[in-house]
Amino acid sequence: METYYNPKDLDKFAEMAEGAPKLWAKFSQWYGAVFEAGALSEREKALIALAVAHAVQCPYCIDAYTTASLEKGADLEQMTEAIHVASAIRGGASLVHGVQMKNVNSKLTM
Amino acid sequence: MEQRHKSMKAFGENLSNANEQLKIINQENDYPHFNEKYEAIGEGPLTTSEIEIFQINLGKMCNMVCKHCHVDAGPDRKEIMTKETLQLCLNILAKSKIKKVDLTGGAPELNPNFKWFVSEVRKLDKHVMVRSNLTILLEKKFEDYAQFMADNKVEIISSLPYYKANFTDKQRGDGTFNKSIVAMKLLNDLGYGKENSDLILNLVYNPIGAFLPPSQASLENDYKRELLKNHGLVFNNLFTITNMPISRYLDYLITSGNYENYMTKLVNSFNPIAAKNVMCKFTLSVSWDGYLYDCDFNQMLEMTVNHGAPKHLKDFDENLLTGRKIVTGQHCYGCTAGAGSSCGGEIS
Repeated sequence: METYYNPKDLDKFAEMAEGAPKLWAKFSQWYGAVFEAGALSEREKALIALAVAHAVQCPYCIDAYTTASLEKGADLEQMTEAIHVASAIRGGASLVHGVQMKNVNSKLTM
Repeated sequence: MEQRHKSMKAFGENLSNANEQLKIINQENDYPHFNEKYEAIGEGPLTTSEIEIFQINLGKMCNMVCKHCHVDAGPDRKEIMTKETLQLCLNILAKSKIKKVDLTGGAPELNPNFKWFVSEVRKLDKHVMVRSNLTILLEKKFEDYAQFMADNKVEIISSLPYYKANFTDKQRGDGTFNKSIVAMKLLNDLGYGKENSDLILNLVYNPIGAFLPPSQASLENDYKRELLKNHGLVFNNLFTITNMPISRYLDYLITSGNYENYMTKLVNSFNPIAAKNVMCKFTLSVSWDGYLYDCDFNQMLEMTVNHGAPKHLKDFDENLLTGRKIVTGQHCYGCTAGAGSSCGGEIS
């Protein structure tokens, strides 16, 4: 194996049915329903998925949801802003834990 | 990808040749032939019903050189339909029940007999649609064309690949979006696209890359909201059209390394409902030199009608052209993928 990630492996996702077909069927049905238009539009859901894909750093998901966002009518500006939201939360999540550092620092220092 | 200023043909590029395109599109691979896939839906071979739309390519000359153009049109193209051939079209239309005449190009307005021809078709009481690129309406010598089309109740169908400048200019050249906005304002002022007006302005979206179009209804809402909010503009309908893997778009797919994935996507997205509604079933496409084709894409691939149907306007016979078997190739998957695609947008 030259690399852990191969773009063609994305097409093999459905092979995860092997070994646990009932669980795969439930997952597929639920997954499909999640991305249908509801209170949020399909494009909004694709952009959320794209942002989360970056937060969890999943190359398959980034590939799939960049394509999906474009195919739902988003453009580069919207996709980039979505990624900034994910990045801001990731960065903010680190920074806000600084409060804990400050709590410990207060307790340990004079 | 750099903006072009001339056609592929001007540079003698390999893919300006229809045979070279066909070699790539129809090469041996794992995809089923389009005919097999179509016949599996139980409709028999793909055949036409009555001709409803008479689509005429008035010439390949254009003031623009868009990256995705399936015609390989541009300012350097000299192929223009002559007045004699236009007269042949009129003679046929005068005797036919066909109600809609769809004028395309290049920029159809660049045909020197455009106004005369449109006026003559209107005298026959036929509905005329013009596929205008909008920017031509601002060019010198063409400034009165918008008024002319309004006076003749011509339906205008115009490419606007996005409701913002970024995508539009990438596909159609720098400054195109702003020019398009000015031209749309001119058309709106004439009554085009407005509620309770009989002047129809439809817009066309093509994906700006190697992906399928969004849902037509959803994107139309976005276009209407954003164009009204940002520019005070209105229009009637948005048509989302899939890019066909031919000509300049094929060149883009190959040079960007997207060809294989795009073809796989088209084949895997085959939609039987779209396949039952493809526009070649009720359209006849006429080239600048009078040859007959099942669609505009076949025309650019130089695949004339076949199976006993007359191949040129001079031999036109509506009975022989009705119920004809359609000439297909692997590019046909472009019209049946996802929600389907036609010159009028989605078909399922």
